[in-house]
Amino acid sequence: MSDKNEAARVGKLSKFKTLNPSDKRRYVTDLLFNNAMFIIIAIAIIYIAIRVPAFLSLSSVVNIISLTAARMPIALGIAGAIVLTGTDISAGRCVGLTACVAASLLQITGYSKKMFPDLDPLPLWSVLLIVMAIGAVVGLVNGFFVAKFKLHPFIVTLSTQLILFGSVLMYLMIGSNNGQTLSGLDSSYTDFVRGTLFKIGTVAVPNYVLYSAILTAIIWVIWNKTEFGKNMFAVGSNEEAANVSGVNVFRTIILVFVLAGIMYGITGFIEGARIASCSANTGLNYESDAIAACVIGGVSFVGGTGKISGIVTGVFLLQIIFVGLNFLSVSANMLYIIKGLIILVACAIDMRKYLARK
Amino acid sequence: MSENNVILKMDNIEKVFPGVKALDNVSLKVKAGTVHALMGENGAGKSTLMKCLFGVYRKDAGKIFLFNKEVDFKNSAEALSGGIAMVHQELNQALKRNVMDNMWLGRFPKVSKWLPFTSEKKMQEQTREIFKDLGLNIDPKTVMSRLSVSQRQMVEIAKAISYDAKIIVFDEPTSSLNEKEVEHLFRIIDMLKKRGCGIIYISHKMEEILRISDEVTVMRDGKHIATKPAKELTMNEIIKLMVGRELTNRYPEKAHSIGDVLLEVDNLSSVYNNLNGVSFKAREGEILGIAGLDGSGRTELLENLFGLSTRKSGTIFLRGKQISNKNPRDSIKNGFALLTEERRATGIFGILSIMENTVVSSLKSVKKGPFISKRKSRENTDWCINSLRIKTPSREVKIRNLSGGNQQKVILGRWLLTDPTVLLLDESTRGIDVGAKYEIYQLILNLAAKGKTVIMVSSEMPELLGVCDRILVMSGGKLAGQVDAKTATQEDIMTLAAKYV
Repeated sequence: MSDKNEAARVGKLSKFKTLNPSDKRRYVTDLLFNNAMFIIIAIAIIYIAIRVPAFLSLSSVVNIISLTAARMPIALGIAGAIVLTGTDISAGRCVGLTACVAASLLQITGYSKKMFPDLDPLPLWSVLLIVMAIGAVVGLVNGFFVAKFKLHPFIVTLSTQLILFGSVLMYLMIGSNNGQTLSGLDSSYTDFVRGTLFKIGTVAVPNYVLYSAILTAIIWVIWNKTEFGKNMFAVGSNEEAANVSGVNVFRTIILVFVLAGIMYGITGFIEGARIASCSANTGLNYESDAIAACVIGGVSFVGGTGKISGIVTGVFLLQIIFVGLNFLSVSANMLYIIKGLIILVACAIDMRKYLARK
Repeated sequence: MSENNVILKMDNIEKVFPGVKALDNVSLKVKAGTVHALMGENGAGKSTLMKCLFGVYRKDAGKIFLFNKEVDFKNSAEALSGGIAMVHQELNQALKRNVMDNMWLGRFPKVSKWLPFTSEKKMQEQTREIFKDLGLNIDPKTVMSRLSVSQRQMVEIAKAISYDAKIIVFDEPTSSLNEKEVEHLFRIIDMLKKRGCGIIYISHKMEEILRISDEVTVMRDGKHIATKPAKELTMNEIIKLMVGRELTNRYPEKAHSIGDVLLEVDNLSSVYNNLNGVSFKAREGEILGIAGLDGSGRTELLENLFGLSTRKSGTIFLRGKQISNKNPRDSIKNGFALLTEERRATGIFGILSIMENTVVSSLKSVKKGPFISKRKSRENTDWCINSLRIKTPSREVKIRNLSGGNQQKVILGRWLLTDPTVLLLDESTRGIDVGAKYEIYQLILNLAAKGKTVIMVSSEMPELLGVCDRILVMSGGKLAGQVDAKTATQEDIMTLAAKYV
């Protein structure tokens, strides 16, 4: 196997040598452009590490991994929608709603600002199922309108995003809560999510890293080993081809969005305990981070392509950048601008690969 | 003829689209172990009939019997499991996925009954088995987009066969295959016949039809015209049945005279595609053909000339004056027009009306102040419909509802409205039926008679020899030579076309 790789590498190199100068230049520019995102990020990491050495300390690295884990499920969900050449901008608000629901159902008995004062904390599994169900319903609505009426997912999820935001605001007004932040969570909940999985030296790795890893594995299996996963890629690559081959396109599209919704529900469940004070702003702009991560990781908007490993890399690299910029004390306002630029550049580089040159 | 080996019977099928009766009482019987050719001009209803069979369209009336049992497939999945497979005319493939993903799409093999995961191993093994059976040398793991069009076509054929269907429909399977591959396909069809499959074969190529089919059904304007054993038919009889009148000449008479040099092209090369140092001259009123194999640089030459691809070197002179043609807009201003090769992809605006499709390149001429004049647009469109004899109920019809030949006429009309001096035509009669082809040839000759220069690319050598004055032959991105259309033979062209391969 390694021989073969070696042969391929040498083959490529010798082929490169035979190219004429202008082709060589083009080959190198292509190489640079196609990997530009990684190069920029590598330079950024080196720069930040030199300026602030603590950036690469153990606790900082564990922090980056934890943040990556927290943002994985939503990215895994959105990636499916992108594979279908769509998008999902309702994701962040869906995370916000499910986080608030989870938190409100799991507040400590006797907490003074409890949203449902007479309600004992429900069993964790039932709350998890409730938020997954909420996510699934949101996904069902998104998927139905996309599949049935052939609406662009952007329009559909733009609408559901607004509906979800209104729902969160209304939900937070229930009882005497009056829109306040939800905190005072039951320890069964916070321990389950934030409890220590294991320790590296003195640095604790939280439980949700494990959950995130399990979810990633499950989605990998779904994408690569199930009929549904293969159908999803086929629909994303050529819907008509899938249709005439007997694929149920309608069901495939709906399932992709339902699966995405379930992922948002799980993200909400984790975020609820991780942040431990949920408000209407929870989940704001999570979808833009997730979309950026997917695009950096090679889940292309042209549809039909993408790998789980790419998504993991994308989420990870994005979190490195965010944490690094924090270390450089870049203002939160500036951070938005940088995020926007990252999405723009990442998409442009990605599309460049698919442009037919004439 | 015994009725008992009829495996597929379609009785009095009707299908109505808004404004058009696409199928009017059409019946078809296919016997086991035979090839049944389905012929007719574009828009005659062949594909519609097959789509009704395959469940892509719902038929409005009529019955379909498979092995004497009535069936009514609601979608492709039902048709496939019911024993009907189809090689679609347009390549319907997921290009970003690999060969075996495409082969098993819609029916991925599972690891086992208790482990419902798709099995890559089984997919690969079974794909290899099928390919070996059919004598194909394609790696099941190659990504589809890396294959050539003909390889993709063969994969599509292999896929249809792998359903073990009793009825297999081939809709224009050979349009992108070379001669060797066509022979290969015919061997495969022979094999299927021996297995007792019924084959429905749709093609415009008469030679093929007469060679491989047992029975021929001809359709015209959505109606069944005749079904006859292939042995009793000749090419001319089929054409007569298809067109509904006698077509004595396949090419119209020439009556144009050639004038002075109009266009001079010197050392044209492209940056990103295969075109190297092509020089030629074209005269006023001359029809200049460009021949060559696929990938020989024919299309690339036209695209370069029209400013569609990035030019590496080369100069263009029009009436002795140098012009740049650096992009299509510039070229149109200089009096060039390009009818592109892929009508569906780069020619028509499918969901727009005939009128919008017609005036789009000459909007300046229908302007009244800053606004588009609807009246002028209508006048121009009607002129095109009348002078090009476009068959359509009205100018408001969406162009995608027209047949291929009529679509092509609309696009030709679009360019005529820009009043071009040089017309570049790329495969202007591809996928168009005999009758419409003749009309397009006549249009080309009329244009030449008006002193315009026509440069036409075509894969059909008889067409080039029949219509052009002079033929340039491309090979491997270079100009291999030129021949006089009056005296040259197909062999002369082929020899030149193979020069730099």
